[in-house]
Amino acid sequence: MRTHVINRLVEKARENNKIVLLVGDLGFHVVEDFQCEFPDRFINCGIAEQNMMAVASGMAKEGDIVFVYSIGNFPTLRCLEQIRNDVCYHHVNVNIISVGGGFSYGTLGMSHHTTEELAILRALPGIKVYAPADFHEAVSVLDDVIGDPSPTYMRLARGSDQEFYDESFNGNIQKLIPYDVKWDEQVDVSIVSSGPILEEAINVQNVLNSYGIRTNLFSSPAVKPLDEEGLIRIGKKSRLIISIEEHNVLGGLGGAVAEVLAGQNQHAPLLRFGLPDVYSGEVGSREYLRKYYGIDAESIVKKTVERMNYL
Amino acid sequence: MDSIELAKKIRLHAIDMVNHAHASHIAGILSVADIIAVLYAEVLKYDPQNPNDPARDRFVLSKGHNGVAVYAALAECGFFSVDDLDTYGDDGSAFSCHISHKNVPGIEVSTGSLGHGVGIACGMALHGKCREKDYKVYSVIGDGECDEGSIWEMAMLSAQHKLDNFTVIIDRNRMQAMGFCEDIINTDPLKEKWEAFGWMAIEMVDGHDHRQLLDSFNQKHPGKPKVIIANTIKGKGVSFMENNLLWHYRAPQEEYYYLAKKELERL
Repeated sequence: MRTHVINRLVEKARENNKIVLLVGDLGFHVVEDFQCEFPDRFINCGIAEQNMMAVASGMAKEGDIVFVYSIGNFPTLRCLEQIRNDVCYHHVNVNIISVGGGFSYGTLGMSHHTTEELAILRALPGIKVYAPADFHEAVSVLDDVIGDPSPTYMRLARGSDQEFYDESFNGNIQKLIPYDVKWDEQVDVSIVSSGPILEEAINVQNVLNSYGIRTNLFSSPAVKPLDEEGLIRIGKKSRLIISIEEHNVLGGLGGAVAEVLAGQNQHAPLLRFGLPDVYSGEVGSREYLRKYYGIDAESIVKKTVERMNYL
Repeated sequence: MDSIELAKKIRLHAIDMVNHAHASHIAGILSVADIIAVLYAEVLKYDPQNPNDPARDRFVLSKGHNGVAVYAALAECGFFSVDDLDTYGDDGSAFSCHISHKNVPGIEVSTGSLGHGVGIACGMALHGKCREKDYKVYSVIGDGECDEGSIWEMAMLSAQHKLDNFTVIIDRNRMQAMGFCEDIINTDPLKEKWEAFGWMAIEMVDGHDHRQLLDSFNQKHPGKPKVIIANTIKGKGVSFMENNLLWHYRAPQEEYYYLAKKELERL
């Protein structure tokens, strides 16, 4: 995922000499192509994220299209006030890319679990927040943000992630992408998923379908701004909506969906799946941690079926 | 207007403005006034009719709580009307108590949280260096602000990239929000610290002496960023404000206002 994104960034940088890349001393075996081809537009700011973000703001104010690359919570929570004051308030073209979203670095421990940043960044006026499911979505996000003067944040997973689309992918990443939508009219369950956890969402859909429960599945790489119109339309045509994300259940995709639906006179009930407002102190693979915190397909199916009994 | 006259006008505007808005930070504004005056009267290249001129020098006040000094300098230098200063802190005014770039011609960035502005200035200098631009970048920080870790992150990156288009001035009034710096976080020896971080450091005996300030600005610093440590007096020019922490917070009203004005008019 990350390599595809950097490769596309290199392609774009050949066409557009305003593009610069700042890294926080991370990106070994990922960013070198950019560094070699554009040494004057590559700066390793060292292990100093606060200053890196302020520098990004200063360079963007001078006209650069700045990409900031790091991992986990380092380019977000560590320098949150710089993102707020220096980047967002000044509305400069700074695009943050963080690798290792959710439980991608599961075995590395709590410090490397990135499970609150979508909610926190979503609260900052002016920034757009993306959590693409695979490299096809991610590259489309990259293409969009280069032409967008707003600050942006993109959460990536790691290197060897699942591919959900093929080369023909042309989904609009600003909208709910109909990943598997079989039903035009009323459905029992509409699933909305952000990020690589789409894998679990696909499995949830398959199991629910096998139970005879009519289900549509949407991927939403854009967490902010959320496709409100699309969501309202879905809300009118579903008996139940479920949101799935590898993130705290508060304030991320599920929170954004809830905010939209709550404004409607009538809408389907919403079941949100995410971490139950805890830090993960567990050690293990992404799959293990998803299961432990109840955001694997089996746990989601169980709770969804239970909830459907009360519709 | 020469820098001495500009400094006097900055101080007089400042007393009026903080009195009007019942605003804090007059003592720091008085300590930094001479630095700002020398910058705008003698050092910075700018065109008040074209405040976004790409060739202009960039100035960032990182100790944003002293924005009054810059607002006053910009007004006196023709960026906007001096009368506009009367709206300072009013409902709907462009002039917030921490320096704001929105709707204020000549202000590059808004600051107020310490340790931010000088990092943005570092980014501007890096851009200038990478893109071979001729402009220079100046930023004023406080000595209390040097408590912030981000200052030293900035210092290391600036030295790494040999930003000889970048000058930082420290308004070293030796006081911070709760007392004297040496009793809270002692940043001494400051000159040696900056030198150890790879900067050309100049320590001025009297940060209110315009000749010394100008000499410091004029010193070349090839291959290195430059820091000017200007030893100043918090509250400079008003006897009862000098080195008195109270005036980090209090706005001069009634007899204090008239006394302060009287002393400053005699400068």
